[in-house]
Amino acid sequence: MHDPAAAAAGAVGIEARFRVDYPDFALDVDLRLPGRGVSALYGHSGSGKTTCLRCLAGLEPAARGRLSVNGQVWLDTQAGIALPTHRRPLGYVFQEASLFPHLTVLRNLQFGLKRVPAAQRRVDLDQAVELLGIGHLLARMPAGLSGGERQRVGIARALLASPRLLLMDEPLASLDVARKQEILPYLERLHDELDIPVVYVSHAPQEVVRLADHLVLLEAGRAIASGPIAQTLARLDLPLAMAEDASVVVSGTVAEFDPAYRLMSVRLPGSASRLRVVHAPLPPGSTARLAVKARDVSVALARPQGSSIVNVIPVRVLDMAPAGNPDHILVRLDADGTLLLARITRYSRDQLGLAPGVPAWAQIKAVSVLA
Amino acid sequence: MHLDSSDFAAIWLTVQLASLTTLLLLVVGTPIAWWLARTRSRLKGPVGAVVALPLVLPPTVLGFYLLVTMGPHGPVGQATQALGLGVLPFTFAGLVVGSVIYSLPFVVQPLQNAFEAIGTRPLEAAATLRASPRDCFFSVVLPLARPGFITAGILGFAHTVGEFGVVLMIGGNIEGRTRVVSVQIYDHVEALEYAQAHWLAGGMVAFSFVVLLLLYTRRRSTPLW
Amino acid sequence: MSVLRIPLFLATLAVSASAAAGEVQVAVAANFTAPMQAIARQFEQDTGHKAVAAFGATGQFYSQIKNGAPFEVFLAADDDRPARLEAEGQTVPGSRFTYAVGALALWSAKPGYVDDQGAVLKQNAFRHLAIANPKAAPYGLAATQLLARLGLAEAVGPKIVEGQSIAQTQQFVATGNAELGFVALSQVYKDGKLTAGSAWRVPASLHDPIKQDAVILAKGQDNPAARAFVDYLKGPKAAGIIESYGYQVVAH
Repeated sequence: MHDPAAAAAGAVGIEARFRVDYPDFALDVDLRLPGRGVSALYGHSGSGKTTCLRCLAGLEPAARGRLSVNGQVWLDTQAGIALPTHRRPLGYVFQEASLFPHLTVLRNLQFGLKRVPAAQRRVDLDQAVELLGIGHLLARMPAGLSGGERQRVGIARALLASPRLLLMDEPLASLDVARKQEILPYLERLHDELDIPVVYVSHAPQEVVRLADHLVLLEAGRAIASGPIAQTLARLDLPLAMAEDASVVVSGTVAEFDPAYRLMSVRLPGSASRLRVVHAPLPPGSTARLAVKARDVSVALARPQGSSIVNVIPVRVLDMAPAGNPDHILVRLDADGTLLLARITRYSRDQLGLAPGVPAWAQIKAVSVLA
Repeated sequence: MHLDSSDFAAIWLTVQLASLTTLLLLVVGTPIAWWLARTRSRLKGPVGAVVALPLVLPPTVLGFYLLVTMGPHGPVGQATQALGLGVLPFTFAGLVVGSVIYSLPFVVQPLQNAFEAIGTRPLEAAATLRASPRDCFFSVVLPLARPGFITAGILGFAHTVGEFGVVLMIGGNIEGRTRVVSVQIYDHVEALEYAQAHWLAGGMVAFSFVVLLLLYTRRRSTPLW
Repeated sequence: MSVLRIPLFLATLAVSASAAAGEVQVAVAANFTAPMQAIARQFEQDTGHKAVAAFGATGQFYSQIKNGAPFEVFLAADDDRPARLEAEGQTVPGSRFTYAVGALALWSAKPGYVDDQGAVLKQNAFRHLAIANPKAAPYGLAATQLLARLGLAEAVGPKIVEGQSIAQTQQFVATGNAELGFVALSQVYKDGKLTAGSAWRVPASLHDPIKQDAVILAKGQDNPAARAFVDYLKGPKAAGIIESYGYQVVAH
């Protein structure tokens, strides 16, 4: 899924090096993002993620550096190249949709579409409308839409500019939980059906876990991590793992479905191990994206018998680190290539004598299916 | 009605003056207002203050300096003479120049406020949708600032109609050329022709009231200036 | 007794001082500005009374006085307005008299532009001729009469620009915006000669006399300083000043 060779073959990728100096903030990043899929810029507010996104868009006139998107150079301060925003084939979704208040939804959608020469158009109106489910809103004015509807129109509008790079700045941040749940499936569809690389800014772990293929962690204007999501989430040296609800992302292939117990079986890549979860059946053979919280994983030296925990798989201890409080430890486990995190007490570690290289069994109490 | 042909000539002249001045101000004032709304240069304060000067200066001061600078010994007058245009005082063109300066803040300030109210977000959104700055100005800024344009036009027009001090200083009271309604009223009063003065003055009050009524009732229905 | 003597002494001084030093509010036609300032200085020196003057257009003063302006004496630029005020009961009856007869001058700020016969008018080579608004200022009226008398009204008509007062008329000419104009002689004349530029002293026979009348207004009725001023105005010292500015003084 995150095979570097595949990424290289598919697209050249995004090389972004930015330097911005403001009186009270400085951004200094050097990123390599895949040329496909969703890359998330994740961090607290003030970490620089929106500034970084704006630099990608060319909206920060003070930015210096170099930006190349799948082979096209958009910025090269040394070479004197600086494509203005309106010449960059991108799409941008703002936090509050920012639809033009004087235009109907339809006119808003056509705004970017009209300005792309017909030969370069890759997305047509019907496609975008259908993808975002906004067909019934076309004649309305933005003021008459709900927050969720506005955001969907904003996403469709950005897509209709036939972007080669889609930038999204916390598109769900201003929505309530119900609206968020409403839109996330659309974003997942975007991810699956369109071949446009997306850079997605968020400070919400749930969104990142659900959508991202690549994760960049920003702190105080610097990127402290950048890598495929599964690996990065499982790193012990980042603050990510120490969060209360730290999770890892696991991708697998849907195998069987047991209708009697509604148990879906997902096979882990490169392994005979399976994870079973109660869920509506997904098409067999399709990819399933799962999340497993560190606090839902426990470790045993011997395979437990007679336990109500359904998922028990063989693993090997990779390494361990303090969990942010003095009494707990995070253990990074390897299940034939799939990485898991377990959060256990120091006492247990010492009792079990856990150390790197020790074979063990991971008991996974809860698995959530993301997509 | 006691009004005679010279009164109607004054009214017509005033309408022409106000219309031409307003038109010119909308054309000239828009780039100034746009720059003032968007710039972060250190010149913003001084330029804004200069634009606002006519709000504060007595019209007679303005008129006096116009008389001197546009006259044959002043810099502007020497330039117009060199161009073969004669001097501007006592001409309709001179009144237009004076009115444009005098009513400048009444047009620039509403426009500037309207542009500032739009903010940067719609402009950034338009740029991400392939609109060049010029394209963005015509397809996003102008429609959103339309109420501001209407306000600016109404205020500019009404203010020029009421102009007196400046016209007095540089007009020369020539019928059909520089004798506007405000001066005509003044003349009637001086000559003790009170009936005509009442008619003209009353007409001006009614006109101003209607204009301001239009302006103020509009404001409630359109949120953006 | 001694305790009271000093304050009593001071009080009598004050009373006698106020009895001696009065103030009078005078509205003065713009063309008489310079002579009035000179007369007021002399008046204060000689009598101790203070004449506080406001200068402006006769027509404006007329409207203001009718509407209750606090003037006590009015020095107009014509005889018409004071007569009206008298007819309307706004004055002290019998106090009206002609304090000066105005002289018209065709003046230009450029030396040598206006010849002393006024032939430059007939030559009509100028762009603008400034006069005071005839409806509002008697000097303007006199100028139009003169032009009619000389048969130049039609020829010169389109070039006329009107100043709202004689002072503004002079401004038009002084700044060069009008090459020449009809002003009050007193505005450009002192002690027998021109103060600047060139001029033609218009013979009085060529227009109706510009009789400038003064009158004590109703508000000044009980003010001894008002009566004192008017008497001074009729006196020889004032006459000398008035004539030095080019006016004629009528014998009283």
